[in-house]
Amino acid sequence: MKEIRLMKGNEAVAEGAIRAGADAYFGYPITPQSEVMEYLMLEKPHERTGMVVLQAESEVASINMLYGAAGTGKRVMTSSSSPGISLMQEGISYMAGAELPCILVNVVRGGPGLGTIQPSQADYFQTTKGGGHGDYRLIALAPASVQEMFDFAGLGFELAFKYRTPVMIQTDGLIGQMMEKVELSEQQARITEFDQSWATTGKTPDRAQNVITSLDLDSSRQEQHNIHLQKKYQEVADNEVRYETFDSDDAEYLFVAYGSSARICQKAIELGRAKGIKVGLFRPITLWPYPMKELKAAAAKVKGILAVEQSAGQMIEDVKLATECNIKAEHFGRMGGMIPTPEEVLLALENKIIGGK
Amino acid sequence: MAKVIGAIVVDEEHCKGCEVCVVACPTQVIGMTDRVNSKGYHIAYMETPESCTGCANCAIVCPDGVITVYKMKKEA
Amino acid sequence: MDIKDIIKPENLVYKKTDHMTDKVLSYCPGCGHGTAHRILMEVIDEMGVRADTIGVAPVGCSVLAYDFMNIDMQGAAHGRAPAVATGIKRCWPDKFVFTYQGDGDLAAIGTAETIHACNRGENITILFINNGIYGMTGGQMAPTTLEGMRTTTSPYGRDLESMGNPIKITELIANLPGVHYVTRQAVHTPRYVRRTKKAIFKAFDIQKNKKGLSFVEIVSNCNSGWKMTPNQSNIWMEDNMFPYYPLGDIKVDGKIINE
Repeated sequence: MKEIRLMKGNEAVAEGAIRAGADAYFGYPITPQSEVMEYLMLEKPHERTGMVVLQAESEVASINMLYGAAGTGKRVMTSSSSPGISLMQEGISYMAGAELPCILVNVVRGGPGLGTIQPSQADYFQTTKGGGHGDYRLIALAPASVQEMFDFAGLGFELAFKYRTPVMIQTDGLIGQMMEKVELSEQQARITEFDQSWATTGKTPDRAQNVITSLDLDSSRQEQHNIHLQKKYQEVADNEVRYETFDSDDAEYLFVAYGSSARICQKAIELGRAKGIKVGLFRPITLWPYPMKELKAAAAKVKGILAVEQSAGQMIEDVKLATECNIKAEHFGRMGGMIPTPEEVLLALENKIIGGK
Repeated sequence: MAKVIGAIVVDEEHCKGCEVCVVACPTQVIGMTDRVNSKGYHIAYMETPESCTGCANCAIVCPDGVITVYKMKKEA
Repeated sequence: MDIKDIIKPENLVYKKTDHMTDKVLSYCPGCGHGTAHRILMEVIDEMGVRADTIGVAPVGCSVLAYDFMNIDMQGAAHGRAPAVATGIKRCWPDKFVFTYQGDGDLAAIGTAETIHACNRGENITILFINNGIYGMTGGQMAPTTLEGMRTTTSPYGRDLESMGNPIKITELIANLPGVHYVTRQAVHTPRYVRRTKKAIFKAFDIQKNKKGLSFVEIVSNCNSGWKMTPNQSNIWMEDNMFPYYPLGDIKVDGKIINE
């Protein structure tokens, strides 16, 4: 018997973490993601699986608690929304440098600054192009449904430990707040069986001390560490690209969109096809690694691309990189927490791409 | 009557010549060499070894842990 | 009698613990950090708890503490050691977890993490090395720099009106209910080293018995930053630091000691 529940996106990612065998969650309230910790506190995962849930004094403390716990080999998660994720960037860079696995959930809201509490996708640059200091990458998963919010917790831990790197679940206030049917998977064991030889659990006589750090004052060694990281990121880029297409087989035009914008585009496709416009969707699921080759191949079959994102135009840069600017590609989006309607999206396709030669 | 006598061994290469041990010694055993180690530090040594009681005070305050202490009873 | 007759394994009374590595300490000659490191490792050695101990190093002079302490350790971001330690301890409640932090790390940039870890009563030990200055970056003013004290960023002496008062963070955190034991010690003379070691033993014992947070401040010297010889700096410390940061227990068994 499948276990099916009606849940909010924020609740689903929390339940997903419990069932994926998470050991700990550290977080700080911020709209529109507070339900993640609220749900965890209500659920008493300490009784269910032994999972620790702690409300920290700030996002800065949360990410550093994550660092400490992850450094002992535990499966850990935090969540926040844009301004809080900005506060965490220092710690995220440290975790990437120290090669610590974890899940970070960003339920994006409109910015810049304190901005608004409404949905946005304007943290694309922050997540995929750095965010913190130094040369590092985050694996970024962009769920477009409440089901994926649940599923990506498990997938996120799998990838985080496979590559010993932080994984960002990059979603937005719309997916976080909306309710949908979720099919729940079974509880996984909390005690993980991965290689813990690197973790700080107390030095035993049979091994040398383990140290978790991102510091090496010897530049030649630090460069070697950077080369090692880059190799790892290349491996991720080669193996972990995820995307999906929708109505793209006969498409003459493509929407490229992720997360909630991909949902809006699906409706715009319906409206467009009713008017005879053959339009499809290319949806990156991993924002990094971005599906460069796959988008290039898809773009070769169409006349133009409209990148739809609730931003001033961030992902469009990767669309242009992927297509090497060989195809007409424009951005359409709303900002500051405004959500585009399917009608607006279709109109933008008609004006900017179909009619706009 | 048994008299307690002691001795210290200084890891000369790792001594930084800070002289904290010199003032910590209750019997004024320790002095500093004129010569220096490869880092350029003067080295702590037993200037008056016969006064050492092996109390280990010097080793306890040595920030670099370079002093090892021995102690034995000597029949008078 | 020849010295060679004394220097025999059976006569050994003191040597550096093997819980310290053989790396040359990166500290200046005469700096109290080395002594503080060593007695901390002696406590872990004598308690036999290395396999159950995880330390957290700060940012500051002791940023490389894990190069010298031969135990499992994590290097925290500046000021965040208590948060890192919280993450570890919450996942491993039966392990010994300590932070080793300087005054800039603990009492300036990391004040929030310090206060809240203390307030939650995290069952960890905080070792706080207070030398009233930022040593590693070259002797700038710290939150704990004394009134009138010259540093590179208070070249005419700390002016209380414009730069604020030296913070007594230890007294501050002693008032928090989650904190079980607070003491202020020193490591510049054998007598104080022995006392401080006892205090660290007590702190670890409190952790073992899960009674709450234990906090050991060590008032120490920074002869380079203060621009003195090591022995001069220790005398200056006694004359100037100890009156403002008086040594002794501040809170024992969860109760503040009233002098």
